[in-house]
Amino acid sequence: MALSGSPPPGSPGGPPLASAGNPPPGSFARSGRGARLLGGRSGPVISTASTLVVLGALVAIFLLAPGAHAVEHLFLSPQHMWQSFIGDPAAGYYSVGAAIWLNIRMFIVAEILILVLALLIALVRQSVHPALFPIRILATGYVDFFRGVPLILVIFAIGLGVPALSLPVVSSQSNAVYGVTALVLSYSAYVSEVYRAGLNSVHQSQVAAAWSLGLPHRHALRYVILPQAVRNIVPPLLNDFISLQKDTALVGVLGTIEANKAAEIYSEQVFNFSSFTVAAILFLILTIPLARFTDRLIERDRRRRLAGATP
Amino acid sequence: MTAADPVTGAEAVRIDGLHKSFGTNEVLKGIDLTVDTHEVVCLIGASGSGKSTLLRCVNLLEPINSGRISLWGQEVTAPGIDPNLVRRHVGIVFQSFNLFPHMTVLRNVTLAPMKVRRVRPAEAEEEARALLARFGLADKEADFPDRLSGGQQQRVAIVRALAMKPQLMLLDEVTSALDPELVAEVLDVIRELAATGMTMVIATHEMGFARDIARRVCFLEEGRIIEDAPPAELFTSPRDERTQRFLRRIVDAGRL
Repeated sequence: MALSGSPPPGSPGGPPLASAGNPPPGSFARSGRGARLLGGRSGPVISTASTLVVLGALVAIFLLAPGAHAVEHLFLSPQHMWQSFIGDPAAGYYSVGAAIWLNIRMFIVAEILILVLALLIALVRQSVHPALFPIRILATGYVDFFRGVPLILVIFAIGLGVPALSLPVVSSQSNAVYGVTALVLSYSAYVSEVYRAGLNSVHQSQVAAAWSLGLPHRHALRYVILPQAVRNIVPPLLNDFISLQKDTALVGVLGTIEANKAAEIYSEQVFNFSSFTVAAILFLILTIPLARFTDRLIERDRRRRLAGATP
Repeated sequence: MTAADPVTGAEAVRIDGLHKSFGTNEVLKGIDLTVDTHEVVCLIGASGSGKSTLLRCVNLLEPINSGRISLWGQEVTAPGIDPNLVRRHVGIVFQSFNLFPHMTVLRNVTLAPMKVRRVRPAEAEEEARALLARFGLADKEADFPDRLSGGQQQRVAIVRALAMKPQLMLLDEVTSALDPELVAEVLDVIRELAATGMTMVIATHEMGFARDIARRVCFLEEGRIIEDAPPAELFTSPRDERTQRFLRRIVDAGRL
């Protein structure tokens, strides 16, 4: 220790800290070009630049790969992309662009049915009435089963099994109907768990408040519990529906001509995979708006929580 | 409950030998209490003494283990009683307001009258506006609860309970969650209610308020009513040693 030396830096009588190599307070900001790049208005400049660098690097890797030309021809040929998009029944392949319409219809029908069925399952599982015990067990078994079995197996089981039963009406539906049925069965199990989380997120004191006003439980559910529960689960619900939009492609395994199946037929006829690229682009066009919409809802919800309610 | 109309001067509430446990934790250990129509009874006692549970049992929000609760001469803990019919006539206001956060103030107040009393919407809104105006909330009907101060929220909660035209009000520490400067506005509302002859059972930590408003004060400790006396008696010359000890702690804390 510096018993006989000078006091330590920074202590009274010692040298000021700033002179020990530190800039004095107030000069923390960078100067010159660095300041402009880090500062407020230059944010978009940085993000654009970094995006270009990353994309450029990826394109460079692709172009420099030994098989780049072959891949480009097989997957990205503009001519094949256009041909598969418009289709040509005479040449033995279907339009991927027209086939996606079936995916959209399957998605919409399945989504509506899932919303209803999943809510029923969740309400049954949340019920406490002793008389509902058998249905409660059934609902739990249902969710366990369909969450555990891969969706594609459910599609095969319904699509091949139900027609084989040779029942009137039920066994003579189109493969799209069987596909939607399988999607509904499988997704309802997942979505019912989302609903259940939402119902659990509503505080018990809200239930007590509703009951204390003499509202029967069905009214408490309808006006007090469900609106709050659904508000809490909109983002996870939409997330499941983005997933559902894509999974309509699995129905193609039954031979239904949806976008993915149409693309597959094209590739088998013409020996070019650009049709799959078209299908991928079409699915992206469908899912990205829903994804952005989900983001916006989450952001709006966050703002509302911070700022209090909005009328 | 069919004969809901109280007979003036008759017993509004009669509780006999009420026991209530949560699991192995016995919260109420034999409560006997009567409240006359138009009477205001305050329940005091430390947190965990059973005040809130007692009120929740009267409103049938908690199933009881043994004993009887009768309202206006009819046993409501008997089998076959529809709790919703009982609750129409018994308003309860909670410590944490429990307003419905997704509804406007007006909707909070009109929901139960419309759905339970089947009042037409226009009429329900008219009644609600009159009540809101009476409690100084006329300009708040379009607001959502989290835009309001705690005091305003609690007054809305009181209005929401009153909109069902209850004949008995249970107030469960309604000022305990409020900032000190907001307590007075809520207590004023309760004073006004008492002045209209509303039968009330009030669990409270506001000893000065209990002394002013109550005709009887009950001191609870560990799930039992230790002492039940007019406030002048209970606060100045408590007979039981446990009541004395509790009040001494309150005085030492500067709350009486």
